[in-house]
Amino acid sequence: MLSVALVYPELLGTYGDGGNAVVLVERARRRGIDAEVLRVGIDDAMPNAAVYLLGGGEDGPQRLGADLLRASSFGARVGDGAFVVAVCAGLQLLGRTFAVEGDDEYEGLGLIDAQTRRGERRAVGELVVEVDGRTLVGFENHGGRTTLGDSVQPLGVVRRGVGNEGTVDGFRAPRIWASYAHGPLLAMNPWFADLVLEQVLGVSLEPLETSADLLYAERVRTLVG
Amino acid sequence: MVAERAVKTVNLLARWTARGSGTVSGGRVGLAVSPRLLTTLSRGREVILVSGTNGKTTTTAMIAAGWARPVATNSTGSNMPAGHVAALVASKNAAVVLEVDEAWLGEVTSSTDAGVVVLLNLSRDQLDRANEVRRIAERWRLLFAAAPTVRVVANANDPLVVFAAEVAAHVAWCDVPTPWTSDAVSCPHCTLPLHFSESSWWSDCGFKKPTDIATTLGDDVVVRGATVTLALQMPGEFNRINAAMALTALDELGVDLNVAVARINALTSVAGRFSVRCWRGHRLRLLLAKNPAGFTAMLDALEPDTADVWLAINARVADGHDPSWLYDVPFEVLRGRRVYCFGDRRLDLATRLDYAGVEHVVADEESAIPSSEAVVNVVANYTAFQDWRERSSAC
Repeated sequence: MLSVALVYPELLGTYGDGGNAVVLVERARRRGIDAEVLRVGIDDAMPNAAVYLLGGGEDGPQRLGADLLRASSFGARVGDGAFVVAVCAGLQLLGRTFAVEGDDEYEGLGLIDAQTRRGERRAVGELVVEVDGRTLVGFENHGGRTTLGDSVQPLGVVRRGVGNEGTVDGFRAPRIWASYAHGPLLAMNPWFADLVLEQVLGVSLEPLETSADLLYAERVRTLVG
Repeated sequence: MVAERAVKTVNLLARWTARGSGTVSGGRVGLAVSPRLLTTLSRGREVILVSGTNGKTTTTAMIAAGWARPVATNSTGSNMPAGHVAALVASKNAAVVLEVDEAWLGEVTSSTDAGVVVLLNLSRDQLDRANEVRRIAERWRLLFAAAPTVRVVANANDPLVVFAAEVAAHVAWCDVPTPWTSDAVSCPHCTLPLHFSESSWWSDCGFKKPTDIATTLGDDVVVRGATVTLALQMPGEFNRINAAMALTALDELGVDLNVAVARINALTSVAGRFSVRCWRGHRLRLLLAKNPAGFTAMLDALEPDTADVWLAINARVADGHDPSWLYDVPFEVLRGRRVYCFGDRRLDLATRLDYAGVEHVVADEESAIPSSEAVVNVVANYTAFQDWRERSSAC
């Protein structure tokens, strides 16, 4: 059974981020793999899951999300081998510090050597990132500028949009992917959803035909040409 | 006077040259000539403003109908100052009801010296433009703290609305069902989680649902002890909520509620919404839903049967460029029906429906779609709705 934990969707789900959980579970099920979404509410204990999803959120909810995660077993589970896909605010709070209203250096989880400061203007618009020669498409809407430590590898190179600070987007570490492309990132990029699934399951998967293939082709055509 | 004449001239020009309905362009020119034009035009008039994420246009139309006086109103949905100026130039009526974009409420309240402000609800909508919905609530709160003469009609079940209105000198709280609370999970005062029960909500810091309720909505609407019976022609629980709040606003001005409700009950369509139109042998009921809360409420209002549904999604400027919100709508409730996907972003919609396990067909205007005897529900977001209005015709 593949368990996908959707972490604090009430706090970290501003941009339809819950869609990513549905996508992972559906793509597993359609290949005959039993899978379930575990919704982790703010009053719930952190369940044991194969992969944890962190979405986007506003300042207050992001701060509360960071506090709750810090006090939970989330960090320990990631240390024990769980996977993480984080977007937007979720990306920021995996780092050492992030900026929220009234505090420029709010303490993050410190799982990744990254720091986020407030940018001069919000980054709002289509985001296109090249990840190992493949194209990742999405939408970003955030006020943060994220600086990665020297040892941290970005997720990919920004071809359109801002990402972390205009040149690269997100980060990746063993078992962790993070991007500023929020919301249905995994819905828009079926190849990326399968890349995550293959690593979480430790198997290689047969191609799967879904409506998302048409969407992905159309977005790439529209945004990259 | 010069500014006012400029508005009329530009409006006429716009209509002659057939470039739009000529409301906003005239208003813009007028405001450029005289920034205080809205204040001048509002002088000596009785003004009600309606704001919130969903229901503005319908509630405004209900107040206009129920007032039983000739009113000036921005019935075209142009809800920023240029549209307000245009509405007040077009009609000299002393009774004024205007819908106001959430971000403009402060400015318009002071410019018009509004007597009553109706706050319907606040939820995520076009986040690429408005980004964070809590900021709106904070700005509203500052507005009402500094406007002691405004009578506020506010939704007691929306914590963000309560946060904004609780500082006002006079509030008529409306206890109306508000199922969408996903944007009010953490307390706007202390950021701790809010608690919800079936009939109430509260925070550990003491912030809670107001107890001095003016209006309740059950089978009937009860406004300060007076019971009136709703028999709306327009579908959906959300329209009953809009009606309850419209009646409360009219009650604040001493309007006879029995007269008001009869006139509200008679409304069949507002700005083309809920109207039945014809297109290539199909009879279509056009329904507007433009954000997760609105879409969720609209899907809820569809008759529980298995008829086909048409959905149309665009992501143009007026819609917000980011259709991520499709994943906040529980499309799973459409399982068992066939859904035709229209609009610029029909592939985003199809992907969402695919993952929701809903049978769907990607369609466009050229698609051959089997016609049925029954009226087909077409749910569309903002510009997609306008496209369908233009594409279809009266039956």
